[in-house]
Amino acid sequence: MATKLKLAPFTKTGGYVVEDREEGTFRVSREAFTSQEVFEAERERIFSRSWLYVGHESETPNNNDFVTRKVGGREIIFNRDRKGEIHVFLNTCPHRGAMVERRAKGNSISFRCIYHGWAFNNNGTFGTKMHEGDYGPHFNEDGCANLPSVPQAAGYRGFWFLNYDAGAESLEASLADYKDFLDMVADQGPDGMEIIGIDQKYSIRANWKLLMENSYDGYHAADTHQTYFEYLIEAIGDEAHVDQNARVFDAGNGHAYIESDMVWGRPVARWSPKWGEGAKGEIEKIKQELVDRLGPERAERIAHYSRNSGMFPNLVINDIMAITVRTFYPVAPDLMEVSSWALGVKGESAAQRKLRLDNYLEFLGPGGFSTPDDVEALEIAQRGYQASREVGWNDISRGMLRKGFFRGTDEEQMRCFWREWARRMEA
Amino acid sequence: MEATILSRGLERPLSRAEYEDFLFEEAAMLDHRRFDEWFALFTDDAVYEVPQAGVEDNANSATDLFYIADDHAKLRFRVARMQKTANHSEFPASVCSRSITNVRVTGNDERGVHVECRFITYRSKNEATDLYCGHHQYILRHEEGVLKIASKRTFIDMNSLRQQGKVTIFI
Repeated sequence: MATKLKLAPFTKTGGYVVEDREEGTFRVSREAFTSQEVFEAERERIFSRSWLYVGHESETPNNNDFVTRKVGGREIIFNRDRKGEIHVFLNTCPHRGAMVERRAKGNSISFRCIYHGWAFNNNGTFGTKMHEGDYGPHFNEDGCANLPSVPQAAGYRGFWFLNYDAGAESLEASLADYKDFLDMVADQGPDGMEIIGIDQKYSIRANWKLLMENSYDGYHAADTHQTYFEYLIEAIGDEAHVDQNARVFDAGNGHAYIESDMVWGRPVARWSPKWGEGAKGEIEKIKQELVDRLGPERAERIAHYSRNSGMFPNLVINDIMAITVRTFYPVAPDLMEVSSWALGVKGESAAQRKLRLDNYLEFLGPGGFSTPDDVEALEIAQRGYQASREVGWNDISRGMLRKGFFRGTDEEQMRCFWREWARRMEA
Repeated sequence: MEATILSRGLERPLSRAEYEDFLFEEAAMLDHRRFDEWFALFTDDAVYEVPQAGVEDNANSATDLFYIADDHAKLRFRVARMQKTANHSEFPASVCSRSITNVRVTGNDERGVHVECRFITYRSKNEATDLYCGHHQYILRHEEGVLKIASKRTFIDMNSLRQQGKVTIFI
């Protein structure tokens, strides 16, 4: 079944991404953000062939739990069957196509299509009794009446992904060194991590790749988020600035993250004066548990440093003053839909959970003191691209010829993304 | 608008019309960007919360992810930020129009009188007009003879923020 579909290279004269390593220049055509043809080619070449984030295992804690959502432009069901096994189904009846589950989440031993009543066990098996003569004698021997699974689904440390390409390389291989980053998130709780509440579902009137660039862009923070830093300075009663020595990690296959020493408090586990002396004890206890479990060096790295990450093509996990898990899809070249979740330590105290959510909302999300400023920057960039015939290229060269290591305020992490994007599109 | 306190310590509700006047005036302050005056309406222990679109009234900011869950100090900063030129999403300022309707007095407790209303708020910027509709839940009480907001919770009765994308105004 797994045949590799061969597509002709998608490119334009001169290419969309032009890199000159000697001169230290890296340019991306603004048409990559505006063109309808690029948008359509991305659906085939990027979203139909990459590992895409589905959800976190904590969203279905019990047997028969399910959530539904849209992943890569398809409606899916992410569930646990009667035996606790995780599945990812395409939410479409094999009979005539209607979605078989319409609730956002719930607990159900089966799914039933309202249109003609076809029903499925929550492991996908067709479960409706048909009368003799309704269908041929070999009906469903090939499984064509079962609820269809996605071609590939796999999990890593609680994070679940799907791939619409049955022939794509395994999740583990595809993650490459991004596994190191995921480990540093998954290791934060002795009993693992969990999604808190539901995802913030919003939109940005800009091309989806702008949000990928923005999410680990250390260069923009001081200007775009000036008011957040003013808030932070007021709250901690001390200086707050962007770490100029943040490091970039090229995690392979287009994935990257930056690691920085930022003054904000981290629930795991960096105390901030903003929380007062009273919160110190619990933060120290959390840090000690990390040291005992992971050793002092790794505990220090996890607790003290902030990390902004991007997994190609469209998963952002930012482990900063709180942890956000964010994925986003284009609905048009100039419009994306975003879903953002808060991730926390399973079993953390009520006080710690409140502090984590407060930290999240201060910076992140549609009502935060920062995300809306990013949204504005992305939307006005998209508007600026209307002049792409006259001003055709974005410059992503910062720090390219830097000696030593790339800084978070360089743009190497975006170059990691764009090289992979060009490889996938132009292959 | 003199406060009358019942013997058991609860604030006696005013008439619906008096609360309507208060809420209409509050909406006008926001429409006209009189933000400092608006902030002065809040008690020192006030909360200002906007849970996620479409959630139930019992949503809890200690356990659920909201859009906004401000205490008085954070609200003070939000109000200050609203007036900064580096508040990029609201500079240049959006134009807003707030309609308040279906005002109901729904109860009272030691925190104050509970008042609920429906709202329709339009926000225009960059030649796009976004609509927010839903209900506000207030807890109102008198302090030194002045009616104040001890709690304001704004419930957006829509499925998501896919249409508007953000909550950068006081809805």
